[in-house]
Amino acid sequence: MINYLLNPAHWTGSDGIPALIGEHLLYSLIALAVAAIIAIPLGIYIGVTGKGVFMIAGLANALRALPSVGLLILLVLLISPSFPSKMGYILPSLIVLVLLAVPPILTNTYAGVRAVDAAAVDAARGMGFRTMKILTDVQLPCSLPLVLSGIRSALLQIISTATIAAYISLGGLGRLLIDGKAQNDYSQMVAGAVLVALLALVFDQLLAFITRRVVSPGLTRRTLKTAVTPAAADVVTTPVAA
Amino acid sequence: MIKFENVTKAYPDGTVAVDGLNLEAPTGKLTILVGPSGCGKTTSLRMINRLIEPTSGTIYLDDKPTSGMDAALLRLRIGYVIQHAGLFPHRTIVDNVATMPVLLGESRQGARKKALELMERVGLPASFAKRYPWQLSGGQQQRVGVARALASDPAFMLMDEPFSAVDPVVRAQLQDEFLRLQREIGKTIIMVTHDIDEALKLGDQVAVMRVGGKLAQMATPSELLTAPADEFVADFVGRDRGYRSLGFANAAGTVTLTEEACVTLGTSAVEAQSKATGAWVLVVDGNRKPLGWAQPDLINGELKREHLNLSGTSASSSGTMRQLLDAALSSPSRRGVVVDSNGELIGTVTASDVVKAIEAEPHLETAR
Repeated sequence: MINYLLNPAHWTGSDGIPALIGEHLLYSLIALAVAAIIAIPLGIYIGVTGKGVFMIAGLANALRALPSVGLLILLVLLISPSFPSKMGYILPSLIVLVLLAVPPILTNTYAGVRAVDAAAVDAARGMGFRTMKILTDVQLPCSLPLVLSGIRSALLQIISTATIAAYISLGGLGRLLIDGKAQNDYSQMVAGAVLVALLALVFDQLLAFITRRVVSPGLTRRTLKTAVTPAAADVVTTPVAA
Repeated sequence: MIKFENVTKAYPDGTVAVDGLNLEAPTGKLTILVGPSGCGKTTSLRMINRLIEPTSGTIYLDDKPTSGMDAALLRLRIGYVIQHAGLFPHRTIVDNVATMPVLLGESRQGARKKALELMERVGLPASFAKRYPWQLSGGQQQRVGVARALASDPAFMLMDEPFSAVDPVVRAQLQDEFLRLQREIGKTIIMVTHDIDEALKLGDQVAVMRVGGKLAQMATPSELLTAPADEFVADFVGRDRGYRSLGFANAAGTVTLTEEACVTLGTSAVEAQSKATGAWVLVVDGNRKPLGWAQPDLINGELKREHLNLSGTSASSSGTMRQLLDAALSSPSRRGVVVDSNGELIGTVTASDVVKAIEAEPHLETAR
């Protein structure tokens, strides 16, 4: 496996490791973006209005149970005839990944909006905040930690599942697994698996870092460890967002 | 002035929360809505800033009906304080207080400056500015809630059980501070509470509501105690009405004080004995401030701090009949200590002196 990774020949060309990682990330990030665009507004809407809660309990959980590979093949059979070229294969892969990523983002956004302190929302409205302003200034910032953790687990799932694109002869790190299997080249397979895991870890940490930067310390209560206890000590440590 | 004219709130299922409410909250005064749960007091409050829309009737703000106004703009003119403060958890204390000025278009810097002034005003140290709400106790959060409502300097304030979520000691402290603050700022306030003692303590006038959303009586606190309109009000106001009403009776000049001989700590028991009236002698410090009572015949040698009996309360000469009577009843010598505004001894009263004064003036002037 180490030898496979250290072989410079594997790091160049259109099927070299950098190209595969690039493709892998491209699929993953597109799928994540589409899933977020669908799930976040929907989650906010359900959370704020309380309408369509069945989607959370029913649909979201049903989606989680979808068998990815089976769905992929079904979609290829349905879609590829209507599309020429690679699009007939890329689209089904993306749909599978999006369907995978929607439930965690949707349920977390919903839960995040629901969990916002009702008194804070009432106070905001009573002070003259309009509905949109309550959303942007109170409900969204307060639900951000949960929304981001939904995105984080969605991205983890996407990155590890994006390997299936290779199953229908597309690129990405899944190539190493599929080709390795076909060639009985176990070091190639292990290298692929390790790279996928590394990629997932790197992006998990990246999102953890982003979360720390954008979520208010008032929500995470991070200063707890560094100093101030409630209502004690008159010395205030400036909460550092890092 | 805030005025309710025949205001009714009925829900589609037939529940009537507020039924034909007529009520006027005068400018610069604190009006309290009090009643058992389900009496519609919170609904009434929330109809003023239109968080709930009345089914019929009109609410006027300075003679203008609120129904024609834009709800958000109406709310900008009315300070709003709620039970659990409802602070924004993701914002620092100073930014919470600066919310209204920012909303009204002030620069962030100017708003923060104003916020810091208000924090000082409600008794929050400037060191709290950069903390987050979770780092504050319930009482401190409530102060922030009051400061936040005051930051836009609104003419009107609505307060929904503002002091109910804190423990009794902090509550009493917040109430006292709020009374002092209101004396300075003179806002037109409507406050909702279920606690009749809070209503009697804080209100310039108190509206007692009964279940079904009807007004039972609107009166000053002392009128509620001395002339409840009906059995419901009498019951709701509760026991000890006679004694509690003395809390609104001004004692200044009505009770004759008796001069009281006094000694300081360190006096010999023999000398203290010579000053004592009966078994007890009053002990004061170097500035004639009362410390407690002592029984010289039980003491050998010098009078020390551990000989003091501390059960007696002291009343201010400008205080209420209730304070005077309590001073007399709580004193081991049965002579109640009366002090001036500097806390210096001016004399003592007995319970019978106070009772005589009460009987001599059947219509005691109220202290407010």
